[in-house]
Amino acid sequence: MAIRAEGTRSGADVWKRNSRGRELRERVVKILLMACAYLSIFTTVGIVIVLFEETSRFFLKVSPVEFLTSTQWAPPQGEFGVLPLVYGTLMATVIAIAVALPVGLLTAIYLSEYAPRNLRRWLKPALEILAGVPTVVYGYFALTFITPFFRDSLFSGIESFNAISAGLIMGVMIIPTIASVSEDAIYAVPLSLREGAYALGATRRETATRIVVPAALSGIAAAVILGISRAIGETMIVTIAMGAQANFGGSPLQGMQAMTAYIVQVVGGETPRGSITYESIFAVGSALFLMTLTLNLASYWFVRRYRETY
Amino acid sequence: MVRDSTKVERQEGGVGGPDFKASMSVRYGLDRAFTVLVTAAALVGLVVLALLLADVVRDGSSMLSLEFLTSFPSQVFPENGGIYPALIGSLWLLALTGLISVPLGLGAAVYLEEYAQDTRINRVIEINISNLAGVPSVIYGLLGLGIFVELLAPVTGGGSVLTGALTLSLLILPVIIVATREALRAIPGSIREGGYALGATRWEVIWSHLLPMALPGALTGIILALSRAVGEAAPILVVGVSLYQTYTTAGPFDGYMALPTQIYDWISRPQQVFQDSAAAGIVVAMVVLLVANSFAIWLRNRYQQRS
Repeated sequence: MAIRAEGTRSGADVWKRNSRGRELRERVVKILLMACAYLSIFTTVGIVIVLFEETSRFFLKVSPVEFLTSTQWAPPQGEFGVLPLVYGTLMATVIAIAVALPVGLLTAIYLSEYAPRNLRRWLKPALEILAGVPTVVYGYFALTFITPFFRDSLFSGIESFNAISAGLIMGVMIIPTIASVSEDAIYAVPLSLREGAYALGATRRETATRIVVPAALSGIAAAVILGISRAIGETMIVTIAMGAQANFGGSPLQGMQAMTAYIVQVVGGETPRGSITYESIFAVGSALFLMTLTLNLASYWFVRRYRETY
Repeated sequence: MVRDSTKVERQEGGVGGPDFKASMSVRYGLDRAFTVLVTAAALVGLVVLALLLADVVRDGSSMLSLEFLTSFPSQVFPENGGIYPALIGSLWLLALTGLISVPLGLGAAVYLEEYAQDTRINRVIEINISNLAGVPSVIYGLLGLGIFVELLAPVTGGGSVLTGALTLSLLILPVIIVATREALRAIPGSIREGGYALGATRWEVIWSHLLPMALPGALTGIILALSRAVGEAAPILVVGVSLYQTYTTAGPFDGYMALPTQIYDWISRPQQVFQDSAAAGIVVAMVVLLVANSFAIWLRNRYQQRS
């Protein structure tokens, strides 16, 4: 580099005197970069303002008590009790976590404690691809493959739109999230803890399940909370495979509507701005935002806790 | 630790306590079973991915052809329909989202990593970014609907492809910022000190050395984020993507169709031919995404080996 530079440019070209212009440029650049970073604050403020504005208009027409406690959801009839939508969302989420927690955690244990190094280098990216599959694709798979499969094998009475197929596939979608965040936590457990366990005569499984996993528990909790948050916010799988009929207290084999699916259903039709239906999607959005915000902050808290331990 | 020792005291009278199994053959047997279990768990995701790919290829093969890529979708002759306008729309979304989100994301990451001191406001920004990464995509759609479609309609043209790109940009910014920050953090401090020692200003060091060195790592995050943006259907459905239009997008203020929403539209129609079209569209989308993701991962592996 130095030799080539010497040949092509003389020292006089490279050297620059400190100038006021240079100082000015430094200051302008810093302000521009700062603006980029502050944009994230504006994004959050924007979300809060937009949601709050329309939601407050909604609550002028529908009482918050009715919204939060009524079990009737029928917008055309003016019935706005959000619980049936929350029920649909939670049903899909519980099924998804029932799949993703065991599979994701065992995958993380495999990746960190069992997998040979070479295999690990291939398996982790493969899981990332699983996380990168568009959710409409998962929705299609749940609707056209999983549901017919269940109808032919286990549950003959299953409806074409149902919570169990949507939930199961959503679980598959979340496996990479839970696996990768838990693996980070498990990997961070100091080697000395494992060596201590081996020295006391523990087997590999005993070390993994009794020493390493408990030591990483708070990171694993963060992973699970993050997974729950993703499941609650997931939209296309539940829209495509779980249906558009609010159903409070329905069984997993029946169709039901999730909060996110309601938003998509409304924007799909021509809904004029200012109508109560238009405002209702923001009210549902606010509830969704508060649920995921709480979970995300809880997850953040757990992650920091385990980072501080070691 | 404390809990363990009390346990031992309590069990002093016994022969090792209820947890202790003296039989090594039982313990090794359980170990073998557990090894099989964790290996199987690690394969679950891959098996589903393989099943999924096989399923869409089987369903979509009847529709897949070169004409499928170059034709408009058709209600009258659905067998001859294609994804051309959706493909063009998705390319527009990709290009505009990249143009908007990459400079903003790099800028924010450079500020947070190279300029920001550990003040309260900067800590708030950090927590805020990690929270934004967890906000559901459909909420970004509502944000876009309130700001870009309604409030800024004179600037963005309402439900234009620019609005879609702006919304997707906000959605993926946190991912780009986090990836770039990690790449910047991996650069040793000696590079910066060397630059300062030669009289370079902070920005000169960033521009000449830090950004080029961080690029491979940042690029991986950027590609993964952009491929996620292109695969998103929910937010653009909210900000007004067209489910059918008779022209292709030719400028940032035009209406647009997109691959994932075209697929969604086909899925929601009951006729078999539309289901098959959806599968064929999925095959196209998956090929594009698999290539992009593999490239990103290859790039990162190469980069990690060097550093």
